[in-house]
Amino acid sequence: MDGLTIFWFIAISALWIGYLLLEGFDLGVGMHMLLTGRSDTERRVMLNSIGPVWDGNEVWLITAGAATFAAFPFWYASLFSALYLPLTLVLVGLIFRAVAIEYRGKGATVRWTHAWDLAISIGSFIVAFGVGAALALTTTGLPLDANGNRVGGAFVWLNGYAVIGGLAVVGFCLVHGAVFLALKTDGSVREKANSFVVKWAPLALLPIVAWVLIVQFSNGKLFTLVLIAGAVVAVVWAWLSARAGREGRAFLGLSLFLVLGAASIFASVFPVVLPSTIDSAYNLTISNASSGSYTLGVMTVVTALGLPLVLVYQGWTYWVFRKRISATQIPVVHSVVAAVAK
Amino acid sequence: MDALDIARWQFGITTVYHFLLVPLTLGLGPAVAIMQTMWVRTGNERYLRMTKFWGKLFLINFILGVATGLVQEFQFGMAWSQYSRFVGDVFGAPLAMEGLLAFFFESTFLGLWIFGWNRLPKRVHLATLWIAIAGSWISAFFIIVANSWMQHPVGVELVDGRPVMNDIFAVLTNNTAILAYTHTIFGSLGVGGGFLIGIAWYHLWQRRKDGIDTVDAQKRVVVGEARAIPGRDKTDHSVWIRSLRIGAVVAIIGFAGVAFTGDLQGKLMFQQQPMKMAAAEAACETGTSFSVLAIGDVGATHNCDDVIPVIQIPGLLSFLATGNFTTDVKGVKDLLPEYQAKFGTTIPDTAAYGAQAGQAIQYVPVMQVTYWGFRLMIGFGALAALAAVVALWLTRRGTVPASRGLMRLAVFGILAPFGANAAGWVFTEMGRQPFVVAPNPTGVDGVFMFTQAAVSPGVSLGELLFSIITLTLVYGALLVVEVRLLVKYARAGVAGVMPELAHTHDEDTDGTSGTPGSGSRGDVLAFAY
Repeated sequence: MDGLTIFWFIAISALWIGYLLLEGFDLGVGMHMLLTGRSDTERRVMLNSIGPVWDGNEVWLITAGAATFAAFPFWYASLFSALYLPLTLVLVGLIFRAVAIEYRGKGATVRWTHAWDLAISIGSFIVAFGVGAALALTTTGLPLDANGNRVGGAFVWLNGYAVIGGLAVVGFCLVHGAVFLALKTDGSVREKANSFVVKWAPLALLPIVAWVLIVQFSNGKLFTLVLIAGAVVAVVWAWLSARAGREGRAFLGLSLFLVLGAASIFASVFPVVLPSTIDSAYNLTISNASSGSYTLGVMTVVTALGLPLVLVYQGWTYWVFRKRISATQIPVVHSVVAAVAK
Repeated sequence: MDALDIARWQFGITTVYHFLLVPLTLGLGPAVAIMQTMWVRTGNERYLRMTKFWGKLFLINFILGVATGLVQEFQFGMAWSQYSRFVGDVFGAPLAMEGLLAFFFESTFLGLWIFGWNRLPKRVHLATLWIAIAGSWISAFFIIVANSWMQHPVGVELVDGRPVMNDIFAVLTNNTAILAYTHTIFGSLGVGGGFLIGIAWYHLWQRRKDGIDTVDAQKRVVVGEARAIPGRDKTDHSVWIRSLRIGAVVAIIGFAGVAFTGDLQGKLMFQQQPMKMAAAEAACETGTSFSVLAIGDVGATHNCDDVIPVIQIPGLLSFLATGNFTTDVKGVKDLLPEYQAKFGTTIPDTAAYGAQAGQAIQYVPVMQVTYWGFRLMIGFGALAALAAVVALWLTRRGTVPASRGLMRLAVFGILAPFGANAAGWVFTEMGRQPFVVAPNPTGVDGVFMFTQAAVSPGVSLGELLFSIITLTLVYGALLVVEVRLLVKYARAGVAGVMPELAHTHDEDTDGTSGTPGSGSRGDVLAFAY
């Protein structure tokens, strides 16, 4: 195993963590539209808090997928084909969610907006659960034969780990979304979000803690234990900050918790990228799943040029839209006025 | 029907659907950016209205293109895992580059543009749109690089039976990719142009029908106003006539480019994929004549024996293939033995080919699809090009004729370039069969792959059926929603996206001027979901 494959393992871990960190609150906000949003105005406040950024955040998923294809094609092929059914559902969730965000405001009837609210919320839930389940299975393994093909039928992925992983990401997104809403909105949405975090965060974060600990006990190293300790400190700080009404700190603390916790998972399983539950000799590792060193080198140059730029302009986007959003800023709904006299 | 057939149908459905949406994004985007540029430069309100109106339709379409693009990326791994393993070393790289170098730009800056009205300085706001549009064009480039590698693999060596990339510049500058990309971009401009013409025509016609605009003795338009109808003022007329004429120019540029690049592509394809082009021309016998029309059973059985050429133009086939009128071009019947000698007559009897192992290989693509796909592409394209020229001529005095029939033609004409694009892709993808990676005649031996070997071995028929049914239903429902929204906003005209035109200016809602952040009604967002 050479340095480039290690670098690409880290890069792909970073892309997935970037996705969970950024789209994590998008998905959470989507779920909160039904969970804690009551009036149409509250829901619009929520939706507009992620309005300018959600599409850019979703690209982290696309890039994580494509980078996996480029750097570890065997990992990509085995994982995606083994999880055929759940990924189909995730795709449907992603499609409906994206379309719903854009189309919700293009009609003025209660039926129209409510239908798309359902699509946003349920879509967000399915995506969060599916991504969590897929990532959990990446760490705990699938029944793969010597060629990396799934054996045992269409549902072999359906096990306790998948459920824990799914709940872990759903729970995290709910808390992360609430922390984000508390930071980015004002008025009733902000108050509800704050009290949600204080009241429910300890419960909602339990599955992700369970996942981290399961991985640590089965594969952990001393280094990953240090990461976990850091994550624990961060999450406690985040919760205390939320309780004290320090929303910026709460967001920072929870983000640190995710980065450290997820890093501990990726670091624990290294250098295996997808274990086979049939025979550890069939495990996909960074060496036997990767592209050639020329491809990895090209990709490294592209990433070194592209990723810093992405971070700069996505950061700028958050700066441009840094103001809190409240009900008073939401424009009135106009039904579309036809210029064509009937 | 076995898993392979379902997987192929699924790829075909999801790709054609995705590529109905993308050309409109690629073609309409620059037109909107030009409109906003004109507004920033001249301050003329008609350009602001144009930007807002066409920008809204652009966004309604854009999002569905993005959402369906995700399926494209995922399904290589889901349904075609053997393909992904075989080509991952070279095929994944342009996809990852698309994400990092194009798609982030497109999505992030489009978010800035949508929500940036009155928040960003005018010129910065304009720049966000240009960057987003550039992102979408670059994104198309990387995708076509990836696709072109399947048509014409370059930049690789064979290591342990797998192509391993050794020259990224060869992959990025693949002549197949450069031509396919320019062809696609021009084709998309045709789509964008036709869209502008059709909808603008409809509004100009409606103004005439409502008696707002009239035509004087010299057949020049006399622009009127209808104060009772929202947005139907004099500026409104100039919005539509200007949109229509921009659309016509864009479309004519597009179609000229399509014809030019298409001819070069044809010549390239005769060298790189001779069977595809021979099948497209129903050129069974080696010769120089081009078949304008062939009757009989054009290739329903992949077979030349039933094809009867009715009208032939001597020399034209040679001209299309090589640029002169006399060189013989190999027909299907002569090409077939060459392919069989080189790549065998049956699918290799190895585990990789699963149920297909040992079956006979069908080197002649389904000729019905290639022959008619090729002609539909050119026919729809030529029709739309003609329409654009006619539209430019008919509107030279400032409005459209009062004819309802012509208006309907213009509106339905929106569909022709879409048809040309879809037919073109179906032709080029189906014509590549039986290969998923077509062999490069001058490239490395062994770098090719039969479609039969590309599917996911572990995925069951049931899973594929579940996904194809689900996706087809979802796509069908969303297409209905998108078209209805487009129709609703298109009919609404400018007043639909600028409600301030409908509500009299008793409150100062004019969001067109002012410095960023100083919304004139307190702090209300200029745009919100």
